[in-house]
Amino acid sequence: MAHAAAAHAHDDHGHHHEEGFIRKYFWSTDHKIICFQYLFTGMILAAIGGFMAYAFRMQLAFPGESVPLFGVVSPYEYNSLVTNHGTVMIFWVAMPVLIAAFGNYLIPLMLGCDDMVFPRLNRLSFQVFLLSAIVLIASFFVEGGAFGGAWTAYPPLSAKAHYNLTPAGSTLWVIAVALEFVAFLMGGINFITTTMNSRAPGMKMWDIPMVVWMIVIASILFMVSVGPLIAGAAMLVFDQMLGTGFFDPNRGGDPVLWQHLFWFFGHPEVYVVLLPAIGIVAEVMCVFSRKKLFAYKIVLYTAFATGILSFFVWAHHQFISGIDPRMANIFTVTTVLISVPLAEMMFVFIATLYGGSIRLTTPMLWAMSFIATFLLGGVTGIFLGASGADIYFHDTYFVLAHFHYTFYPIAIIGTMAGVTHWFPKMFGRQLNEFWGRVHFWVTIIAFNCIFIPLFVLGAGGQHRRIYDFQNYPDLAGQSMVNMRVFATISLVIMLVAQFIFIINFIYSAFRGKKVGRNPYNATTLEWVAPSPPGHGNFEEMPTVYRGPYEYSVPGRDEDYWPQHVPN
Amino acid sequence: MDGKPLATLRSTSGVPTGRLALWWLLGSEIVIFGGVLMSYLMHRIGHVEFGDYASHTNTLAGAINTIVLLSSSLTAVLAHDAAEMGNGKKAFRYLMFTVFGGACFLVIKSFEWSHEIHLGYTLQTNAFWHFYYTAAGLHALHVIGGMIAITIVAFQARKGHELQRVELVGIYWHFVDVVWVFLFPLLYIAK
Repeated sequence: MAHAAAAHAHDDHGHHHEEGFIRKYFWSTDHKIICFQYLFTGMILAAIGGFMAYAFRMQLAFPGESVPLFGVVSPYEYNSLVTNHGTVMIFWVAMPVLIAAFGNYLIPLMLGCDDMVFPRLNRLSFQVFLLSAIVLIASFFVEGGAFGGAWTAYPPLSAKAHYNLTPAGSTLWVIAVALEFVAFLMGGINFITTTMNSRAPGMKMWDIPMVVWMIVIASILFMVSVGPLIAGAAMLVFDQMLGTGFFDPNRGGDPVLWQHLFWFFGHPEVYVVLLPAIGIVAEVMCVFSRKKLFAYKIVLYTAFATGILSFFVWAHHQFISGIDPRMANIFTVTTVLISVPLAEMMFVFIATLYGGSIRLTTPMLWAMSFIATFLLGGVTGIFLGASGADIYFHDTYFVLAHFHYTFYPIAIIGTMAGVTHWFPKMFGRQLNEFWGRVHFWVTIIAFNCIFIPLFVLGAGGQHRRIYDFQNYPDLAGQSMVNMRVFATISLVIMLVAQFIFIINFIYSAFRGKKVGRNPYNATTLEWVAPSPPGHGNFEEMPTVYRGPYEYSVPGRDEDYWPQHVPN
Repeated sequence: MDGKPLATLRSTSGVPTGRLALWWLLGSEIVIFGGVLMSYLMHRIGHVEFGDYASHTNTLAGAINTIVLLSSSLTAVLAHDAAEMGNGKKAFRYLMFTVFGGACFLVIKSFEWSHEIHLGYTLQTNAFWHFYYTAAGLHALHVIGGMIAITIVAFQARKGHELQRVELVGIYWHFVDVVWVFLFPLLYIAK
């Protein structure tokens, strides 16, 4: 697929020289190739993470039975599958695809320049990322197996090998996560600096497309929040390897310290992946409702507000960790407060759709379903943010269903909206619309069928991180078993449906209908470049004259007014 | 890569790209050290006995090291001044003084640590010594990293290449300095 893109890349510039396959695809500094590297690595890891979910959900629905393609899931394997499913999906799927892949592809194109400001740093960032993914996967094949202490890695379970029984796996897990952070710090510096310094002439701050803004704000949030966890990761590795006791109360340490360091990062991280998805949805909605984004500046201010508030909510993950109840009250207030800017964004999107000439294309379906599903995730978050209700819901499947209703729209629906929307630009061909819609409907219905039962189960008291519910008579009633089986079958249907997407993607990338530069009549700069863009992106560097969403401007013949057209 | 892309040469914000990126890098470094130091401070407030452990640190060695690092920052500033004048050879000589200062810092530190380990205060002893060695060790890694970067830039500057980088490594070296200015009172002086 990348091959198709880069083969065209050479047509446009006369001064090219032939490069070998390895040099072109694995050692390239071109931001578009690096996007594909991130995108495909992310997709492969999404498949691995999805397979893990399949294995442990099968164990929950049919305990003790041999799972097809996996075998019998042992309690140890169950733990490491659950742990690494969470880790992979957040750090190796949501982050590389939403921030790194779309950031790399869209930032230079939408800003009207030829590459990132530091192309070699960009390449290094992917290489470190790839190394981190290899380290994580390698942890499955060491003695004791992969780490199984949950993706939050709370000590003392994560700190002592005689508790977690994975002497090598737990250390490799921390190292992989730390390497991943390093990769994204380098990428983030590149994104921020490129956006600040390399915009096309005439492009002012308020002319930057929303998705670029969101990726930049997310990069800043990541950079500001991740530092303490990098320090914490170093402490955890020292506890594991060098015999220190940072998290050991017997030696003057404190296990809750890790929870603070982790969630000080962990909660802003939600917004780190959410904001780029919101940006993608904003782009798609404007193009397919032929309307200007409602309240561009307000969306930005709410994004800043979300970012700042996100640093003051972390302890809502620790309501039952023994924190002072007065402190819990404060964090309840900030947590409920953060739903205000996000609710505002949802209203802005509805206002953008209102009165538009809506075209229900595949990317638009994904974008609209993002609003619907994320809304449910956000509303259930209110229950968990209130410390009183959280004491009951804590660590139940209600929490699990809640954050899947936020992360799934972000990582899968947001990504699908983006990939289907920019597919013509990436490959110069149209994604098959019919199969795109089939894939959408099967995925979205199956997704709801997985997690709505889990809300009910969680409210009924079903706890997380339990290997076999048959050992708990209260949780093994027939109705609960039925719901578990229903959710698992829905999961299998959803996973199988992804083959529709993969086949459609590969087929369309090579054999799809060819498209021109601007198949959607969109206004932003990436549609000025050829599809797919060649090396250097633009034949002639564009100049910007107006904001990014001038659709249906009264008094003009066409319903769109591109950013680069003088008048 | 033949030549720099257009993106690298643009400067919409008015700040040169390299300096802008460096400030963001320092921002990310500040939160890393901030994480270590805040964790330490929270422990320090909760444990009065940390003061007794801190009395076993060598305040004199720490003070000498502070002076060494601050002086090496002075030569980094003089190197920047020379680079501004376009005198790459002079900048090279000043930068070498800075690297020498970093090396002195590490030598003094290694004597200091050997002595403490000899007395039985190792990384594993207790939470104070965990933080002492981790925070100072993380800082020492930054000193080594800075020395490598400065050496590379100094040799480029001697040939008259990329003189703007002299300023960038200088800013980074000041940052390493400032971190030490926080570490020294917190780990050594606060008894």
